This record gives sequence, structure tokens and C-alpha cells, in this order.
Amino acid sequence: MFRRQGGRYVATFAADEVRVLRKVASEVVGLLTDGFDHSDPVVSRLFPEVYPDDPGGTAEFRRYTEGDLKTAKIDQAGAILAALPGETGGEVRLDAEAAEAWLRALNDARLAMGVRLEIKDGTDLGEELDDAVAEDPTSSRVFQLSVYAYLGYLQESLLNALID
Amino acid sequence: MGGMTAPQVAPVETPDTEEVPAADRPWVTIVWDDPVNLMTYVTWVFQKLFGYSREKAERLMLDVHHKGRAVVSSGARERMEHDASQLHAYGLWATVDRS
Repeated sequence: MFRRQGGRYVATFAADEVRVLRKVASEVVGLLTDGFDHSDPVVSRLFPEVYPDDPGGTAEFRRYTEGDLKTAKIDQAGAILAALPGETGGEVRLDAEAAEAWLRALNDARLAMGVRLEIKDGTDLGEELDDAVAEDPTSSRVFQLSVYAYLGYLQESLLNALID
Repeated sequence: MGGMTAPQVAPVETPDTEEVPAADRPWVTIVWDDPVNLMTYVTWVFQKLFGYSREKAERLMLDVHHKGRAVVSSGARERMEHDASQLHAYGLWATVDRS
């Protein structure tokens, strides 16, 4: 979890955390590069229709803004990949700019996972996790829910360090 | 209305001053509630992007959370599209509409 140290935002990551962060950041980059598709619910959440009742207006808006938005999202996921330590784990030290890029990228990753996991208003993560474990403790849903919860804690710790 | 007969007076011809040309009508940027974004993060984004005070940003965030949506900025259409695009970069669910 992140803490502020002078003008830097510092966290120590274990090997499995590095692996998870590398995976989720790479998945966001993959989503935005290979087969980018607005009908994918994750893409439509990351790139919302700016005029829900006006497809023409939305298309026009996208023509002018989507390239930059896509580049920004790829860059912020790249900021995570660039700062992560090697496979055995270690320390991450971010300046304010990198910290904000991480914050946005962690949010993108959580939005993507939230759509896939069908997180709703009022979803109790602990309960979801208990149910998933009861059903099959080795399932991918158990892993995905744990990662989703972990990313939330990590994002909150970084935000608290920035606001402090 | 009672049973009195309305006086037969021809309406005075008045210029339609209420009508504002569509292009001059202000537009708004709306942020919608979503189940993933952290409340503290949404507040931070409003402060960061719009320079709002903590109090104002928190009030808007709570509006989004409780009412499902909130108008976060208003003005010219191009300006609102810029705001929406910035909000999308931060992962907030923003749309643009006429006010």
C-alpha cells in the first residue's frame, strides 16, 4: 500500500502483487489496442456515449476525441508497467505525475473488472467472495474478485497519500 | 375557472422574446452514478478538473451517488464536450446535454 515520503509516493510490492499488477495493466492495454470494439461492454464503459440519444453526435465527438483518449489510457496503464519492479518484487517510487497516472490506470482496471464481474450498486464484495469460495475456491471468479478488491485498496491508499 | 365568459379580446401581437436561439442555450456536463468508482476518487476528480472546493466537490459527488446523476459544469457545447472527454480520461461516466 502507498504512503507519502517527501515528495514521492512509495509502496513495496511482493512478487505476486507485481504479477497481478502487470497482468491487469497489460489487459487494459490489450483491450485498447487489439480488436478495440465499442460493443464490448468494457469498452463502452471506458468510452461512454457522450450523447446517449444522439448516435450521430456521439460519433462526431468520438471522431475528434477518441484517439487522444485511447492514447491517454494506454499511457496511464503504461505508467504502471514502467514503474513496476522485477518479478521478485520490490519498491515503487512515484512522483506526483506518475502517481496520478497510476490512479487513473488503477481506476480503468477496476472499471473493466467491475463490468466483467457484474459489480452492481450495493454489491457486497465480502459476500460475493464468500459465495464464490463456497461454490469453488479454485474458480477464476474467486481470483478475479480478490484482485478487484485488492486494486480498490491500492487505489484508495494512493489517493489518501496524494490528498494528505 | 369559474363560469364567467372570458372577454373576447384579441391577443396582442408580441415579439417572441423568450425564444433564445438554440446555439446560445447553455449546455451541461452530467456525471452518472456507477458502482465501481470510489467516492473519494470522484470527489478528488471534481476538485482536480474543475478547481472546485472540497465542499462543492463532495456535494456534487453525493448528488451523483444519491440522485444517480449531477450537473458538474455548464456552458458552451464545445466546452462541455471537452469536460466530458476529460472526465472519461479519469474513468467517470459523463454525458453532455442541453440544460
